[in-house]
Amino acid sequence: MALLLALVVAFSSGAYDVSPGDLFSLLWSRLTGTATTVPSVVETVVLQIRGPRIVAAMLVGAALSAAGAAYQSLFRNPLVSPDILGVSSGAALGAVLGIYLSLPVAAIEALAFVGGLVAVFSVYALASAIRGRDPILVLVLGGIVIGALLGSGVSLLKFLADPYNQLPAITFWLLGSLASVDQSDLAVLAVPTVIGLVPLVLLRWRLDVMTLGDEEAAALGVNVQTVRIVVIAAATLMTAAAVSVGGIIGWVGLVMPHLARLAVGPSNARLLPMALLFGAAFLLAVDTVARTLGEVELPLGVLTAAVGTPVFLWLLAFGRRDI
Amino acid sequence: MEKETLLSVEDLAFGYPERLVGSGVSFALRSGEVLCLLGPNGGGKTTLFKTILGVLSPCGGRIAVAGEDVSTWSRQRRAQVFGYVPQSGGGTLAFTVFEMVLMGRTAHRGPFSAPTREDREAAEAAIEGVGISHLARREWTRISGGERQLALIARALAQGPQILVLDEPTANLDFGNQLRVIAELRRLAERGLAVFFSTHHPEQAFAIADEVAILHDGRLAQLGPPEKVITAATMLEVYGAEVDVLSVGGGRFRVCVPRALT
Repeated sequence: MALLLALVVAFSSGAYDVSPGDLFSLLWSRLTGTATTVPSVVETVVLQIRGPRIVAAMLVGAALSAAGAAYQSLFRNPLVSPDILGVSSGAALGAVLGIYLSLPVAAIEALAFVGGLVAVFSVYALASAIRGRDPILVLVLGGIVIGALLGSGVSLLKFLADPYNQLPAITFWLLGSLASVDQSDLAVLAVPTVIGLVPLVLLRWRLDVMTLGDEEAAALGVNVQTVRIVVIAAATLMTAAAVSVGGIIGWVGLVMPHLARLAVGPSNARLLPMALLFGAAFLLAVDTVARTLGEVELPLGVLTAAVGTPVFLWLLAFGRRDI
Repeated sequence: MEKETLLSVEDLAFGYPERLVGSGVSFALRSGEVLCLLGPNGGGKTTLFKTILGVLSPCGGRIAVAGEDVSTWSRQRRAQVFGYVPQSGGGTLAFTVFEMVLMGRTAHRGPFSAPTREDREAAEAAIEGVGISHLARREWTRISGGERQLALIARALAQGPQILVLDEPTANLDFGNQLRVIAELRRLAERGLAVFFSTHHPEQAFAIADEVAILHDGRLAQLGPPEKVITAATMLEVYGAEVDVLSVGGGRFRVCVPRALT
């Protein structure tokens, strides 16, 4: 419901106001193939300009949120997310490298995926190697350390980048933005998101068992290593797709699965779809605010942090510890 | 009638690649029999369980079920034969008790399949079997330790196992729940399951075990009926505790009573 509302608001608001009535009339004419009285400028705004961006916002939000939900189940830890595990930083380094080398979008995305995978496996290897300490602490600290290292790689590339063309592009992209999204980006975003989502949905019952811990899951008949590798690869692919199109948009992958779990419980059969919806609705709402609030567009990462931080602090302070 | 051996463990060596925990362990378990594993902390009880379950690979020796070597069995096949109740399992998330027990059916379906009606019925039957139907919709995080333990037993039963392996099933329970769980184990054995559990309470072995094994420094120090194995001499040797083994309640129960609290 919230998603539908956000959709209507998102299509309506912006530099050119579109009334909900015109919107439905346009939608109806498209569906039925009849003529419409809606002015053609409205059609252009809705289909060519706002349409791709709205779809992109929902895809990025859904991808980050579903990936976060998968990581949280897999690492048995509601505090992990693509940002905290260093996946976003890894993907960002890969993508910035792609921008620095002026590569095409698909190559940027591939580099983002490789960067994300390298990051998450480094963090995981680090956490496995350091035994005898609180594993959750090691995982989170490992993610921060690896993330910082990768972040310094990003800084190095910014330092080396051409200050007039590449540097502003990299900086703006790193803050997170969907302003430059067009229809060609949608395929680049949608295909890996779906490829990543399919195994997560298929493995949703196994993912539940993984939350019990490796040994218990193994004793219940789960091939722990296989499931883990597939889930990490799938969630990282989704994250990389989102990062390579939208830049670093934090908090979505941490807070949205958290809220979804509060709403429907930890079972992935319900959690994954709910996390997808929450993520899509949230980022669509945030993106709509980003492009309508001020004279210039606000970076998405800034807004998600502004919303995510208090929500997360509230969850930390008053939320149920067991969620 | 003498029943056939279901689980046989022969000259098993177990532990981790870098550290051998135990060796030379041999025993056999028949259907309907309860085997109790006693031994001090750090004696290797949990590691032995994990090895028998196939979570850890054996470092030597042989584990067989009904004469068949299990070393080539898949995770899934093992989980259909061995039901496992971990020491404090179930994770930390707020699954409902029903969802938790339903996870016991994991080994009965392919990796991508959703639970079938059969799985749900098996989970419900298992919950009913341990008498916690009233908890089925409750959240894992909102029930007591004793209720969790019963739910984990239900989950192990939902696996449809022939052998039930329980790692200190009464470790975190209050007195009443300890008795309840122990009585449940006896009932399960009477229904034909082979039950293998560890504990720190010799009284539990006296109460329900057909055989007692004592694991000390990675070796089976003793194996036999409880009356023969749990003696003052063994308790002193294994636990360093001076006790008297007394018969109480007109000979119905045996207990270990400390001689001095020094």
